[in-house]
Amino acid sequence: MSDNPTAVQAQEGLHNPALLHHFATEEQQRDASNFGMWIFLGTEVMFFGGLFCAYLIYRSWYFGDFAAASKSINAALGATNTAVLICSSLTVVLAIWAAQTARRGLLLAMLILTMLFGLAFLGIKGKEYKEKFDEHHVPGTSFSFEHEEIPGHSGQYANPRHAQIFFALYFIMTGLHALHMILGLGIFTWLLIMAWRGYFTPHYHTPLEVGGLYWHFVDIIWIYLFPLLYLIDRHP
Amino acid sequence: MFDNFPLWPQRASSTAGNVDALFIFLIIVSGLMTLLVFSAIIYFAARYRHRKGVLAEQVEGSIPLELTWTIIPLGVFMVIFAWGAVVYFKSRTPPRDAAEVYVVAKQWMWKLEHAEGQREINELHVPVGRDVKLIMTSQDVIHSFFVPAFRMKQDVLPGRYTVLWFRATNPGTYHLFCAQYCGTQHSGMIGNIVVMEPAQYEAWMSGGSNGPLSAGGEKIFAELGCATCHRMDSQGRGPNLQGVFGKPVQLEDGRMVTADENYIRESILDPGAKVVKGFKPVMPTFQGLVSEEQVNALVAYVKSLGIPVPGGVKTSESMPAPQGAPGGGSQVQ
Amino acid sequence: MATATVPAVERENYLNKEYGVGSWLLTTDHKRIALLYLISITFFFFIGGFFALLIRLELLTPAGDLVQADTYNKLFTMHGQVMVFFFLIPSIPAVLGNFLVPMMVGAKDLAFPRINLLSWYLYIIAGIMMLHCMLTGGVDTGWTFYTPFSTAFSNTKVIEAGLAIFVSGFSSILTGLNFVVTIHRMRAPGMTWSRLPLFIWAHYATSIIQILGTPVIAITLVLVVAERALHLGIFDPKLGGDPLLFQHLFWFYSHPAVYIMILPSMGVVTEIIACFSRKRIFGYNFVALSSIAIAVFGFLVWAHHMFVAGISVYAALIFSMLSYSVAVPSAVKVFNWTATLYKGSIHYDAPMLYAFGFLGLFTMGGLTGLFLSALGIDMHVHDTYFVIAHFHYIMVGGALMGYLGGLHFWWPKISGKLYPEGWARLSALIVFIGFNLTFFPQFILGYLGMPRRYYQYPPEFQVLNVLSTAGATVLGIGYLLPMIYFLWSMRYGKPAPDNPWKAAGLEWQTQSPPTTFNFPEEPVVTWEAYNYDEIDKGHKEVQVVG
Repeated sequence: MSDNPTAVQAQEGLHNPALLHHFATEEQQRDASNFGMWIFLGTEVMFFGGLFCAYLIYRSWYFGDFAAASKSINAALGATNTAVLICSSLTVVLAIWAAQTARRGLLLAMLILTMLFGLAFLGIKGKEYKEKFDEHHVPGTSFSFEHEEIPGHSGQYANPRHAQIFFALYFIMTGLHALHMILGLGIFTWLLIMAWRGYFTPHYHTPLEVGGLYWHFVDIIWIYLFPLLYLIDRHP
Repeated sequence: MFDNFPLWPQRASSTAGNVDALFIFLIIVSGLMTLLVFSAIIYFAARYRHRKGVLAEQVEGSIPLELTWTIIPLGVFMVIFAWGAVVYFKSRTPPRDAAEVYVVAKQWMWKLEHAEGQREINELHVPVGRDVKLIMTSQDVIHSFFVPAFRMKQDVLPGRYTVLWFRATNPGTYHLFCAQYCGTQHSGMIGNIVVMEPAQYEAWMSGGSNGPLSAGGEKIFAELGCATCHRMDSQGRGPNLQGVFGKPVQLEDGRMVTADENYIRESILDPGAKVVKGFKPVMPTFQGLVSEEQVNALVAYVKSLGIPVPGGVKTSESMPAPQGAPGGGSQVQ
Repeated sequence: MATATVPAVERENYLNKEYGVGSWLLTTDHKRIALLYLISITFFFFIGGFFALLIRLELLTPAGDLVQADTYNKLFTMHGQVMVFFFLIPSIPAVLGNFLVPMMVGAKDLAFPRINLLSWYLYIIAGIMMLHCMLTGGVDTGWTFYTPFSTAFSNTKVIEAGLAIFVSGFSSILTGLNFVVTIHRMRAPGMTWSRLPLFIWAHYATSIIQILGTPVIAITLVLVVAERALHLGIFDPKLGGDPLLFQHLFWFYSHPAVYIMILPSMGVVTEIIACFSRKRIFGYNFVALSSIAIAVFGFLVWAHHMFVAGISVYAALIFSMLSYSVAVPSAVKVFNWTATLYKGSIHYDAPMLYAFGFLGLFTMGGLTGLFLSALGIDMHVHDTYFVIAHFHYIMVGGALMGYLGGLHFWWPKISGKLYPEGWARLSALIVFIGFNLTFFPQFILGYLGMPRRYYQYPPEFQVLNVLSTAGATVLGIGYLLPMIYFLWSMRYGKPAPDNPWKAAGLEWQTQSPPTTFNFPEEPVVTWEAYNYDEIDKGHKEVQVVG
């Protein structure tokens, strides 16, 4: 808890326009901001958690049908996307380091690169969705999943109703994730503008840290989604 | 309006007394607790009223007291839990040899069919003193079969069977309510349980039916061609259903399941879900091709296979083949 | 140290600092936001109350003769949704919590004032969506949205209602987030955890539930909306789904939600009892820890709403046992409150009367929870009026009485005016009597077997229903009175001293009403919570760093 040594630090704070009025010190503000973002990420874990829970239950009940459905989604694209996101988390970390060491050029470059990776992710995702649309694997009136063999059980076909549950969860989970990516891109646009205006210094770059946390979280969700959705019962 | 003003429901089942006993125990415990707390509050509020010049005495706390009033209530609660668990467990474990009634709930009525074949709508006749087991499913949304006089309810779900059993102890007519909100006429989905003396019940029973439910099931079994694969000589592409009901079944993936009502039902509507070891998953699904009542009849039929009847074990070969069946004659292909 | 004199000229405070709609709608002052919430939730309280009135009027007679079946189904659905999501869940945290949490910890504002304002806007947007839904047809699934009725059978605006509640959930989450960060990081120097008022502990526990639980109902509603809109089969057995999965997901939030509704009220009652007994709360540590225990255990008991739903007997046994464990901390609190009265110096002002009412009604409601947790009883009374009586005792007899008591207690601080004490005591009495008359007969109705959500019923249930409706009328009057005299007091009430109750707590060391930034200088705390002995002996001069 803060044991505030009164006037001295408060005076310092007065000079920094980023210090909001209700905080006593910059340290308190930074701590509060980080803590707030961690809690928000906690709520996001619970949010996705409900979906993961539903998914895991159905997967355990309809394993064969889910395996068949999983086989039909493009694991190569999924793996590429995983690599893209991991790289983007690296660029985020580098951006923060750049801010910490007053490297403005690097900071801007890393922020832009992060956003490019994000856009690449969304583009690849779009391609995947189109594939699914073309194959009539989108749940709804034109859904069709007939005569798809269950991996490892030749001659046994997947139950289309159960496969449709897989695809429903697939689209909802990856769709929600993509929505969070888009929001992340919005956040990083704003961070880029602030960085361009020279708002971040080695002394103050809390929005970068907090935005970075969010981005890493979206990345981690994908790292769970990928094996769960794409790699059921896959063999090389 | 004012002459009928009950404060306690009638008791008409073997469970009712048990439930009431626990309830009364809880009333006593709660009553004592309420009395204790209320008297303490009222006494302290009066005794320690603000008086000019008299200050409050700061009593910080007392660990022994805290432990006491944590542990004692916990102990009492565990007693209540255990008692409630026993009542629940007993009342939800149907005895063997209970008479069976199949219930299909739909918006907004109850359709019942006794195993012996009588059909009822919104009414259930049962004899006093006999165990009755209801095997229930819903055609649409979740309903709940509730008989206050029996102190029993069970939700009725679409897509599976749930079970409720009772032994009626008092002749009379008792309310049947739907207790899970199910749409517009939820409060109209009510009926009666008519508990009769055994003699009266027999009289009522003989008042016409279409024959036992299992016989109806046998007919459907033949009409749908089930016998083609489910042969009694175990040469078919499907398992021999003789005596299968209630026994453990080994599945392809290694699991062991019990062939209960839900298993039979699932095997008809979603045959790929649990494939029996040694068989191929070639059975077509009958989802959408059979009504709930027809599934009930088929389940009743499968149950009846392997039950000794006068003259030996009942098999489908001993029944005349249905008209127009491929191959004709009494030998099922 | 309390000032009995009141300055002749009105001092600058958070109310008169700036005028104009813009200064209110774009405020980041937690106190103004609290008032914005006060107005909005009162509005929704009356809407939910109006639905309740219609329900009780219909139930005067056994036949369904006042409204049609479909209309009745919409009435009880929207009564539940409005009361739960738009009144009870925000009530104390968004009004009293927002107003008091920063002041009680010695801060100028919450950690994230703009997010606080966002919370309110999310609530308003959700409210508008809900109103629109109600005005264009309503929803009839019950507030519990059970599938497959809600996803595949109901012909009403399920999607709109679901989305409205989804948005309101984020309002709740952000409030909880704000509180947790504020309590951790913005405490004034010297304000250690064990010096915090128990109101803060209660809100901390509540916030944990809001943060961890609410997202689960959010995603559940997303799934329901998706299923309904796109004809998916996640909860529909005809398409391979499981309706029980919905119930598990729904109750995983909705059970802890009831603790969101009661814990803050317990915090309020603790403050009131301490002040009007002039004593430190008996067993501070135990009361603080019991709040946390309720929050934690509250997450482990959700399937006690599903004992007859088709879960296995073994699951039922586990959830029944766990449900008893969550009853223990609540009992501990009741005992500690009672023990606080011992050797106190008790005043009977209106807040204390509400606290007494809370003690009585919460005890009764809590005890009936023991009945419901018993498997053998629940199989009879589940989905009957017994359950309705139980939760109304806790939510109305408990949470709402705490809320009213808190409004009265802190009214001088919030408004700078005194409410009329005589009318307030009368209201407390009317509410208590009306409440018992309304809901006690429902326990009997439930055991007799009258199911919930019935608009027509067998005639032998009529007498008890008539009693209940009569009580509801009395209760309604009890609620109207405070609305009237609180409004009256804002114009005509006597100006309030800074600390009319001579209460402990940093919030009372501010002006009535407070200035925008609460404290002229950051306080430094060197005393324990509830230092009533020092206050009453006249020793304690609160040192605010200056």
